[in-house]
Amino acid sequence: MTDTPLLELRNITKAFGSVQALSDVNFEVRPGEVMALVGDNGAGKSTLVKCVAGTHAPDSGQILFEGKEVHIHGPKDAARLGIEVVYQDLALCDNLDVVQNMYLGRELNRAQILSEAPMEQHTHETLKTLAVTTIKSVRQPVATLSGGQRQSVAVARAVMWNSKLVILDEPTAALGVAQTEQVLALVRRLGEQGLGVILISHNLHDVFETADRITVLRLGRDVGIYDRRTTTQQTIVEAITAGVPTKVAGIPANAGAES
Amino acid sequence: MLLDIRTGNLGPLPIIVGLIIVVVLFGFTATNFFTSVNFVNLIQESAGTAMLAYGVVFVLLLGEIDLSIGYVAGIGALIVAELQLPGSGHQLNGILAMLIAVLACAGIGAVQGGIIAFVGVPSFVVTLGGFLIWQGLILNVLEQRGTIIIQDRWINYTDLYIFSHWLGWIIAAIFTALYPISVLYKLIVARGTTIAKQNWYVVGARSLGLAVASFGVVAICNHGKIIKTPEGLPLALLLVIIAFVALTFLAKWTTFGRHVYAVGGNAEAARRAGISVPRIRVLVFALSGAMAGIGGIIFASQVNSVALTFPPGNLLLNAIASAVIGGVSLFGGRGEVRGALLGALLIGTLQNGLNTLNVSNGWIYIVTGGVLLFAVTLDTFARRLQARSGR
Ligand SMILES: Nc1ncnc2c1ncn2[C@@H]1O[C@H](COP(=O)(O)OP(=O)(O)OP(=O)(O)O)[C@@H](O)[C@H]1O
Ligand SMILES: [Mg+2]
Repeated sequence: MTDTPLLELRNITKAFGSVQALSDVNFEVRPGEVMALVGDNGAGKSTLVKCVAGTHAPDSGQILFEGKEVHIHGPKDAARLGIEVVYQDLALCDNLDVVQNMYLGRELNRAQILSEAPMEQHTHETLKTLAVTTIKSVRQPVATLSGGQRQSVAVARAVMWNSKLVILDEPTAALGVAQTEQVLALVRRLGEQGLGVILISHNLHDVFETADRITVLRLGRDVGIYDRRTTTQQTIVEAITAGVPTKVAGIPANAGAES
Repeated sequence: MLLDIRTGNLGPLPIIVGLIIVVVLFGFTATNFFTSVNFVNLIQESAGTAMLAYGVVFVLLLGEIDLSIGYVAGIGALIVAELQLPGSGHQLNGILAMLIAVLACAGIGAVQGGIIAFVGVPSFVVTLGGFLIWQGLILNVLEQRGTIIIQDRWINYTDLYIFSHWLGWIIAAIFTALYPISVLYKLIVARGTTIAKQNWYVVGARSLGLAVASFGVVAICNHGKIIKTPEGLPLALLLVIIAFVALTFLAKWTTFGRHVYAVGGNAEAARRAGISVPRIRVLVFALSGAMAGIGGIIFASQVNSVALTFPPGNLLLNAIASAVIGGVSLFGGRGEVRGALLGALLIGTLQNGLNTLNVSNGWIYIVTGGVLLFAVTLDTFARRLQARSGR
């Protein structure tokens, strides 16, 4: 594993009026790693992700992608770098079918005329490599899919573009047990395929099942990075709720898989 | 598929059934409904409405509304009438005049769309403002000028030109060939992939239906020379069908059309997918304006003039009702261009048939309203079936 993180955030600060959503946040993800981002409601998780996705511009701080500083001004910029975001809600168009959603905004076309056949073919293949087998027809409207299937489509869409970093904002929040398992398995597979994954979740069980490392945010500050194998849910809960002194001694900021 | 209950998509079936019922009903009750002359009349009366209704489809697909189209059509008619005016010092060739008028109407639509997309004023309000402004402008000009007569033959041809019999047959043959060609094209593009297997029975049935419809329409138009005017396929129908094919292509085969459906289905998802939502909104309102302009020219052509009574009757409401009866959802994201064509046909047939029965205008409105209510109720019911899973 390389030492250069795939994504590195340095001293990111973001305020909405008087609300300090993020202050001096440092964060990183490595290739092939599932990095969980946890924290209480309003801790700043979604805001941090939106800075990376180009929805918000940070007030100050640096974003480094593959070691180089980048400026991301919108979803197109993020996509060009290979960053894809799967939002918990509002990610799919219910009136469109699976293929149409997979290619939304990036339809294959010749002189603006849609090339349906290769899109359909490639959708089939992507779903197959991700072992998403429960969807009967890729030509059925997304409205007819179950919550887990919809989430699978959203994840599949994110990885179809040779993306390097996939960000999932609470991908299992609305799902039942079986469907949650489906999506978590999918998330693990992404990591195994060498992608960097940021997983935002309130469910520590999910986090401990999938993540390699865990970053805890509290009130807009990063309070620590933990290695999943050497920490306990209890520690994480304490970090989320009470907060431990920032950057705890003994847990260097880059404590991770190779240590 | 014609009928797909599972997705709550009734398709064009109910409206086709409705059309058949209406035609049979009038066929039995009205003496001069089932005549070739009346058929051509019906087409010439409905052509303008259909053009406006096409534009309405795209606006409704976005989940927006355009109340200004009736008077934007009036502006279009006014512009061609003024530009072709002999002895005005700025007399233009009719075709050029029409081009300018349609572009101007597209511009009007784009400005209204811009206010909606960039300022965020609801489309209902912006186009209601447009409704009043364009109405006022037309009033100001025509109160001073009186009726403007259109003499340019190209402009008057749009609604009134009649093709010779054999040209009618050739046009029927071309349209019959269109569908099989599109199927063939899809096959060629999908060659080498495992998808797009065609159900040849459906393809055959559709081709046959299209052939019967095309040649049947031309046969009726060509039939019977009752009055002095020669009967035949009216250019108005050809224009309506060309616009239908072109706009269906735009909606279903192009990235623009796909993005219209996406924005109407879920604007936030579209935005996050990198689609420029404001751009789509502006373009759709420009299209709506352009279609209104085309419709307005056709209406002016029908009476060879523009007068204070323009736009005729309930143009705006008929156009919106056509699209809605044709199954285009008011909530955005659902519907097809063909719905507007069928809806305009149904409304046109209803109003024409009731006219030949000498029914009062009051009853014509009441019946049209009843049909509209019924169609929307059916649509809402279909939506509820769709809501079974998800939203
Ligand atoms: N667009 C905005 N305008 C103003 N304040 C905002 C905006 N977005 C977020 N905030 C504020 O920033 C803070 C962080 O919000 P954020 O959505 O990032 O939290 P979160 O960690 O994602 O919470 P949750 O777990 O509830 O999703 C909150 O105090 C929130 O009110
Ligand atoms: Mg959040």
